[in-house]
Amino acid sequence: MNLVVPIKLVPDLVEELVIDASGARLDPDALRLKLNEFDDHAIEQAILLKEKGAGQVTVVAPDIEGVDDALFTAAAKGADRLIKLTGNWNNGVNNHALARVFANFVETLRPELILTGVQAHNDLDGAVGPQLAEHLGMPYVGYVSGVVVFDNKAQVRKEFPGGLIAEMDVVLPAVLGIQAAEKPPRYVPISKVRATMKTAKLETFPAAELETAGAPTTVRLFQPETGARATMLAGDADAVATRLVEIFREQGIL
Amino acid sequence: MTIPTITNPSFNETFYASLQTPPTGERVRTCLQCGMCSGVCPFGYVMDFPPGRMIAALRSEIFDRVMKSDTVWMCVACYACTEVCPSGIPLTEKLMARAKEELILSGAVPAELQLALENSQRYGNVLGQSPRKRADWTKGIQATVPVFGKEKKSAEVLWYVGDYASYHPRVQTTSRAFAQVLNALGVDFAILGSDESGDGDSQRLAGERGLFEVLAAKNAQAFRKYKFGEIITTDPHAFNAIKNVYPTLGISFPVRHYTQFLAERLEQLKPLLKQPVNGKITFHDPCYLGRANNIYDEPRALLQAIPGAELVEMSHSGKTSLCCGGGGGGMWLEGFQWEKAHTRTSEWRVREAIASGATTLAVACPYEPPRFEDAVKTVREASGMEVRDVIELLVESMEQ
Repeated sequence: MNLVVPIKLVPDLVEELVIDASGARLDPDALRLKLNEFDDHAIEQAILLKEKGAGQVTVVAPDIEGVDDALFTAAAKGADRLIKLTGNWNNGVNNHALARVFANFVETLRPELILTGVQAHNDLDGAVGPQLAEHLGMPYVGYVSGVVVFDNKAQVRKEFPGGLIAEMDVVLPAVLGIQAAEKPPRYVPISKVRATMKTAKLETFPAAELETAGAPTTVRLFQPETGARATMLAGDADAVATRLVEIFREQGIL
Repeated sequence: MTIPTITNPSFNETFYASLQTPPTGERVRTCLQCGMCSGVCPFGYVMDFPPGRMIAALRSEIFDRVMKSDTVWMCVACYACTEVCPSGIPLTEKLMARAKEELILSGAVPAELQLALENSQRYGNVLGQSPRKRADWTKGIQATVPVFGKEKKSAEVLWYVGDYASYHPRVQTTSRAFAQVLNALGVDFAILGSDESGDGDSQRLAGERGLFEVLAAKNAQAFRKYKFGEIITTDPHAFNAIKNVYPTLGISFPVRHYTQFLAERLEQLKPLLKQPVNGKITFHDPCYLGRANNIYDEPRALLQAIPGAELVEMSHSGKTSLCCGGGGGGMWLEGFQWEKAHTRTSEWRVREAIASGATTLAVACPYEPPRFEDAVKTVREASGMEVRDVIELLVESMEQ
């Protein structure tokens, strides 16, 4: 079975986020990118399926800084093909354009099952998965935390709020938005990643033109601003508690 | 004529052979099965295969059974087994570290440890903090802490700070105190700031040898950028790595632990120690200062120089010191080890400190203040016990 995992890198929140001079986007020079956590789970789920005998895993990513590490690590875990899509990614890319790029390319791989992270913390305009499924004319199930593959269908476990889990069959080919792999993403020792760097091949293909139709435009990006309504109570614990009780009385709560 | 058949060596054979590398590895063959290693091990009683039984398993060609047990992760690489072994077998460095390495290669990594290793891979520090903020602890403090490449191009001393001393809020206090001492002594020093990476020693002893090598190479690159006479560090793990293991990778720089550096300057330091620090102080020998590197006198000499301080010893002291539980990956296996043992060595140690009559437990390793302070909170009779790095006690005595 042909398993394809489209992944993206997102800003690493360990670093400070800096808004650039335009005031509408993050300063790319201050950013450090890392693999979207949910995409890491999608890779793991695909490799778990492969290990159960379900074919080959191809990981596809936009060719941006940091992507080689993510791809080689995926290969060290068990991915078979590593593909970078080259294009003008310098100004960032929204999910509408990214989903179209993925759809255009992934179609050529004739995937039977596409696994991708259900979401990312920088999804401003919808997750990649459902849009990708729409462009490819495939069914989509999101918030998936378990997959079993049969001949031409997948049985997936989908998480609902409130602790409910549904088990459903999906006809293949299909796109799954992975919430969590059946097992946490595995650790690969650095020696294994380095060995993989020497043997694994990174293939590059040109990405289709970025088509952003349908995407929102960011007008202003800003840090949360202090509201005027909040009153900060100063003083020691006793003084603050006394003032709080007074306020509760004034407001008629006590 | 019969054609001899060639069979591939078994895992048992290749593993056993991998231990027997010179200069000391071949001593594994001289194991007497005396069991002292297993008896002295602080967690030997919860291990399915403590060191002696691991060697017995190798000899019986059933080492695969050891690999199926997860209790190797109870090893805190404290050198207690190595210290008592009458055959001088490098149990900590070779046997235990190699067994953990095989477990990591097979994918059997406890989740807590995995996070620590991933953090070290990605950020160069085990705490998963921004590498750009490595020198942030120096902000807003009175002491001057020059950074190589910014304020200085060369200095007599390169202070290798380390992960916990850079990022852990409790251990930053020790770092600030050390900066104060260096300033007071007029030492020409600088730190590497964001050029510095974790030393990797505990990752190595937790079985991630490759990660250790990557971190060592990054530090070597940083060391080679600047001119300095020697490296000093407050971290015995970094000291051990730079002194004993980096040279095997072709990275050779003179290095000393701060207790050696300050003990050498004791006459210069003594007049500055004016305030009495009253009460009984007991010193906990860090495994990587004591057993691994035979430094026992210098920290005690520093403590004895403090006016009013009375030094008392715990039942386990010097070579028999009891590990805080943080070494060899123990810092990152807290939950795992608690599940197995339902106790912490740091708690035993704090009980020993109380029994010694001390009111202050002095330490000299960045793993220890947080571990022992946590233990003080959970051991009822320890309430009121102070945990202080030797440097912090020196600064307390220096203050006007």
